[in-house]
Amino acid sequence: MSFSMKEKKAVAIVAAIAITLLIQPTANAMHIMEGYLPLGYCIAWSAASAPFLVAGIIKIRKLISEKASLLIILAMSGAFVFVISSLKIPSLTGSCSHMTGTGLAAILFGPFEATALGFIVLVFQAILLAHGGLTSLGANTFSMGIAGPVFTWLLYAMLKKARAPRKTNIFIAASLGDLFTYIVTAMQLALAYPSESGGVMASFVKFLGVFAPTQVPLAVVEGILTVLIIMGLESFASAELEEAAL
Amino acid sequence: MNNKMLASVLIAIVVLIIAVPLITMKGADFEGSDGAGSEAVEDIVEGYEPWATPVLELLIGGELPGEMESLMFCIQTGIGVGIIAYSFGYLAARKKFSPIPEAKQA
Repeated sequence: MSFSMKEKKAVAIVAAIAITLLIQPTANAMHIMEGYLPLGYCIAWSAASAPFLVAGIIKIRKLISEKASLLIILAMSGAFVFVISSLKIPSLTGSCSHMTGTGLAAILFGPFEATALGFIVLVFQAILLAHGGLTSLGANTFSMGIAGPVFTWLLYAMLKKARAPRKTNIFIAASLGDLFTYIVTAMQLALAYPSESGGVMASFVKFLGVFAPTQVPLAVVEGILTVLIIMGLESFASAELEEAAL
Repeated sequence: MNNKMLASVLIAIVVLIIAVPLITMKGADFEGSDGAGSEAVEDIVEGYEPWATPVLELLIGGELPGEMESLMFCIQTGIGVGIIAYSFGYLAARKKFSPIPEAKQA
């Protein structure tokens, strides 16, 4: 038994990622914690997220009445966010973080539906797990439920147009969307806490340094898991996927 | 590469990505979540005090004990896995017992 070219490539890529990440010091985080975002920013990010959330709820209600057969894969997308965002994965930085899971819904349905599903999970975590927070709910909804999914959705549409193979496309879109979520989180914190010497940019780089290295391997895992679940859907729910216009 | 092989390779990569840090980073405590982002805030704004406390911590008057936190995370995972497993079971059975192969359900 020998490796094919494709398999060799896959192994090489993973090894390269692993090596580049071995150098990082510890640090990590996931959502913005309760009480760590000034009130003004809490309100601003909530206001920014609200239209997306409302649009998502409207779209889901429409889906229920017009395309009820898709309900099962919508439920699965929501459940996927539940699972994925509950798993804390160790990273080569010596700390751990979790993934977002909202990319799947963005690819299958669109960014608004992903906002609504992400919001449900964030409320669950903020109340029952003291993870994230009610005050930072708007900001976290924006990063995990809007920025990431919109990025994933746009990327997926673009690559689809460019006729990229579907699985490759899903992998790239979902993993980069996961990373983008944390880039936005870093930006949110930087805007709220510009450093005295270097301003917003210096803070952004600092927060990014906290999130990004831990998140890169996790983004790869998220991309892979998203591909796996869509492969499963391809075998058992091809009719639904067609209807969702994947 | 067929689907089964691809799936196996992908799962192996996931396991590898998770297992490698655990094995190579001996002594790392893989500290969860909350810390670093909040610490970075405290770095920039000296003596920063969070102005809100999670409702759950107010309710139980302190931090959620680690084991209880695991429990809550497990519940979250369990809800998700339950729905996904049920759905895949439903879809798989539907395909298996459908009179016409790959029947259009829509």
